[in-house]
Amino acid sequence: MNELWLVLGMAAATIVTRYPLLAMAGRIRVGPRLRLALSFVPPTVLAAIVAPAVLMPEGHLDLGLHNPRLIAAAAAVALSLWRRQLGLTIAGGLAVYGLLLLLQ
Amino acid sequence: MSAAPAPPQAGLRLSELRAGAWATAPLVLGAIPLGIIFGGMGAAVGLSKWATLAISVFVYAGSAQLIALSLLQAQASLPLIFATTLVVNLRHLLYSASLVPHVAGLPQRWRALMGFALTDETFAAVSARFERPPAGSARWFFVGSWLAMHGGWVASTAVGIALGEAVPSLRDLGLDVAMSITFIGIISAYLRTRPMWAATLTSAGLSLLLTDLPHKLGLPLAGLAGVLVGLALSPRPPPDATATQLAPEPATGPADGAASQEAGPADPRAPAHTGAGAQAKLRGAR
Repeated sequence: MNELWLVLGMAAATIVTRYPLLAMAGRIRVGPRLRLALSFVPPTVLAAIVAPAVLMPEGHLDLGLHNPRLIAAAAAVALSLWRRQLGLTIAGGLAVYGLLLLLQ
Repeated sequence: MSAAPAPPQAGLRLSELRAGAWATAPLVLGAIPLGIIFGGMGAAVGLSKWATLAISVFVYAGSAQLIALSLLQAQASLPLIFATTLVVNLRHLLYSASLVPHVAGLPQRWRALMGFALTDETFAAVSARFERPPAGSARWFFVGSWLAMHGGWVASTAVGIALGEAVPSLRDLGLDVAMSITFIGIISAYLRTRPMWAATLTSAGLSLLLTDLPHKLGLPLAGLAGVLVGLALSPRPPPDATATQLAPEPATGPADGAASQEAGPADPRAPAHTGAGAQAKLRGAR
């Protein structure tokens, strides 16, 4: 096992997913329709990361009240829709999570 | 950076750096346990401590790094590890695509830096910043986010290496929930139009159904499906292609609202509608 190759290969396999499109920006024409499509990317991809993390923390669907991640996330959703302040959402969500850990 | 008399923009750069770092801080917190686990597991799968650290410095891709460790443990070959890294990172293709309109004017070295630093966390923290003016200094916001995130990642990896095998219990504390909560706050800033709601809920729902796909492929697939649903529900542009160029973008431009929470705890009052919305209309009217 050559560790240098491991590092270089993984670095290459990462950068090729992140850089080429940025490098070509300006030569690619981004029309209004495509721009509209791209504007959906942040919330959709982030939602696809969050949903399994809080609803399936152990790899299977866990909707029980004993799932502290789920309760904290629900609190965060409620807070963020009530007052759209990121700081409040994070503080409130973490506070709920910490409280649940203490109660368990 | 330089010791020479500060140019007028130096203050702006510094405040952007700071704002970028602040916006990313909760995400750094969420990544710390993962970094510690990665650092702690490196030795367990036979990596030297320098190789473990080098991966966090030069590869800098959280979930791909952890998956690579499990592959190493299973004695996987290097090509398989590289291929898996590539597939796990495919979602970054979507991130870079969504930044394309915003980096067209930047020098190539800036784009290379952004390409290297475009993690989930930094993308989440900066994407809305790019939607609002001033566009010229947004790159420094990105740098602030990168320094905070990469610094935290490398430092937590080093801590993990030092802690060795005493680590697994840290996962039970579940600090990764900080990342989920922060992402929720970022997502909800976008949820101001029906297409955006539909896109986001579609992606969240599908991501649950697709968790069994290998290499986290369900993630980009769910995201793509969400984007398509959002597009389908958005008002269609006029059929005439030239008219599309001149007509204003739909008033419900989903870019709208992105700004409100994005400034992070430091600046929760960023004007969402007047900022991103007006900007989107301006863009469309050009």
